Amino acid sequence: MHSISREMEEKYINQHPILSAKDVVIKFNLRGHTLTAIREASLDLYEGESLAIVGESGSGKSVFVKSFMGLLDKNGWVDSGTINYKGYDLGKFKTEKEWLRIRGKEIAMVFQDPMTALNPLKTIGKQILEAVELHQGLRGQEAKNTVLEILRDVGISNPMVRYNQYPHEFSGGMRQRVVIAISIACSPRILICDEPTTALDVTIQAQIIQLLKNLQKKYKLTIIYITHDLGVVAKVADRIGVMYAGDIVEIGTSEEVFYNPQHPYTWALLSSLPQLGIKGEPLYSIKGTPPNLFNEIRGDAFAPRNPRALKIDFELRPPYFSVSPTHRAKTWLLDPRAPKVEPPEAIKKLREQWGSECCGK
Amino acid sequence: MVSKSREVLLEVKNLRVEFGEGKKKKFTAVDDVSFNIYRGETFGLVGESGSGKTSIGRAIVRINKAADGQILFKGEIISGNIPKQLDREITRKIQMIFQDPMASLNERAKVDYIVSEGLYNLKNYKNEEERRAKVEQALRDVGLLPEFASRFPHEFSGGQRQRIGIARVLVMEPELIIADEPISALDVSIRAQVLNLLSDLQKKKGLTYLFIAHDLAVVRFITDRTAVIHKGKIVELAETERLFENPLHPYTRALLSAIPIPNPRLERNRKIEIYDPACHDYSKNPPFWVEIEPEHFVLANEKELEEYRKKVPGHGI
Repeated sequence: MHSISREMEEKYINQHPILSAKDVVIKFNLRGHTLTAIREASLDLYEGESLAIVGESGSGKSVFVKSFMGLLDKNGWVDSGTINYKGYDLGKFKTEKEWLRIRGKEIAMVFQDPMTALNPLKTIGKQILEAVELHQGLRGQEAKNTVLEILRDVGISNPMVRYNQYPHEFSGGMRQRVVIAISIACSPRILICDEPTTALDVTIQAQIIQLLKNLQKKYKLTIIYITHDLGVVAKVADRIGVMYAGDIVEIGTSEEVFYNPQHPYTWALLSSLPQLGIKGEPLYSIKGTPPNLFNEIRGDAFAPRNPRALKIDFELRPPYFSVSPTHRAKTWLLDPRAPKVEPPEAIKKLREQWGSECCGK
Repeated sequence: MVSKSREVLLEVKNLRVEFGEGKKKKFTAVDDVSFNIYRGETFGLVGESGSGKTSIGRAIVRINKAADGQILFKGEIISGNIPKQLDREITRKIQMIFQDPMASLNERAKVDYIVSEGLYNLKNYKNEEERRAKVEQALRDVGLLPEFASRFPHEFSGGQRQRIGIARVLVMEPELIIADEPISALDVSIRAQVLNLLSDLQKKKGLTYLFIAHDLAVVRFITDRTAVIHKGKIVELAETERLFENPLHPYTRALLSAIPIPNPRLERNRKIEIYDPACHDYSKNPPFWVEIEPEHFVLANEKELEEYRKKVPGHGI
């Protein structure tokens, strides 16, 4: 029935992940208390894909991904679990020296705010050159030529002139291009984009996303997008992981998560989009606030905010239930014994789209 | 919803806002902007950062000076030098909600003081008892408990802090509220709550909103009419649905084509239009502001107008 999804399935089933995180627990020490930011989250990343991790602030999406690069704040640590990459367990890395093998060369990051990610005292050419010299081992004219090529690749016109300019001479969108250029200059295998377009205007946003897509092809990158913007996700992601309270509660291909969501949190997140709302009627809104991660969480972390929660949701943490070989969610609703619970109206509409368009093909 | 007998609450006429002095430093942030806001509607102002949308809002609440043009509230001029009495009245009747609730609340003051500050300034309460009652009512209106009055801002989440920002505005019993990106600093799950709250309050209290935003999906959902601003000039204005269905100006088209849609199948095949200001040839024929069909205004010159008219059913006015 689902021709597209079958293609996707094959793509993922026959592949080994290039990075695999298993049951990762990350804790922070804050004012004498211990906060559990990531609660046994697991994730497989496949070569060449774009994976988007969505969730609200405090859901742990940034923390989780930063642990792949050893960028946790000093008061945080990987408490248990493994992060496998090329035979290393990144979760066991302690010293900067170990991390230098990974950072930049293997996994690079594009930060959210291009205003603060660049050094205002150095020309942008120099800043990209640093990365080229360090990670690609090039020197002199050869290195400079590489920088100029990268500048052209990220869509900066007149690179010869721009090379000698300082960050303040660039607009926000152009600066983000420079930040991307620096991370590309490390020639990484995995690129992590932490809210790459949040600080930018809509029209610029669209251009930057297009740019990242083009670069992914040219440099054969595997990209992890961290974002709260579901619109951006729809545009770029092959797969989507939905994060809530330090765990990935649902993961699947982009179409599966958008048209056939299973976890009540994913339902709520999608239904509260103004694009799906009906003008003049109240927009679906999630009551309450995310749980306090200083406390131990019992059962399904979303249960207290979920008007459709089952009794068991408050008692026992749900395991993953598979919906398809590529799609799984941690919710008791998928248990065969669970009563049938109706999703919100907006979700029903999405499901209709999933069914109708697929059968038409 | 729209009728000809609407009451114009706010009128902006040929407004210009400038920053800096002297020939070299002068920068025109808002250039010859005109529009009306009717009582009870939600008027959207969209544009990118630096387009001047906030400057217009700030000119209306008299934080920015109008370098030229006029702003009229219920037919009375409120820009430039006005009598003190009118100034006080305007301060009460036009209020502003700010973007970032993390930055716009005084961290050292209790909620009680934050919400009362406007009242203290205008002394428009008889006694302490009445002031308390007003604060309590404002907190209830935004869905907070009156007990919260004795707490400090840091004890609240982002969504609650924005509610405090709204309570501070409501306590003044305003008629026009300028909401400058009121939800863009909030989390997705909280945005819907605050949007619903704003709509509720509008219905209950008959408020009029000037809703300034860059997120077009939100603007489409909440506003009745929308003006698109680019580099200090309004390029198009229409009823919101009309604008989204039939955008005429190339900048509006580019802006609309860039809104991300939460629908992967549509999103993958979508083409983005890119706006290049060089597409206008204004050297000989300068553009002017024209009503191309009822309630649909666009900035264009004669030649462009001909093109646009073809896209309007009945070929416009």
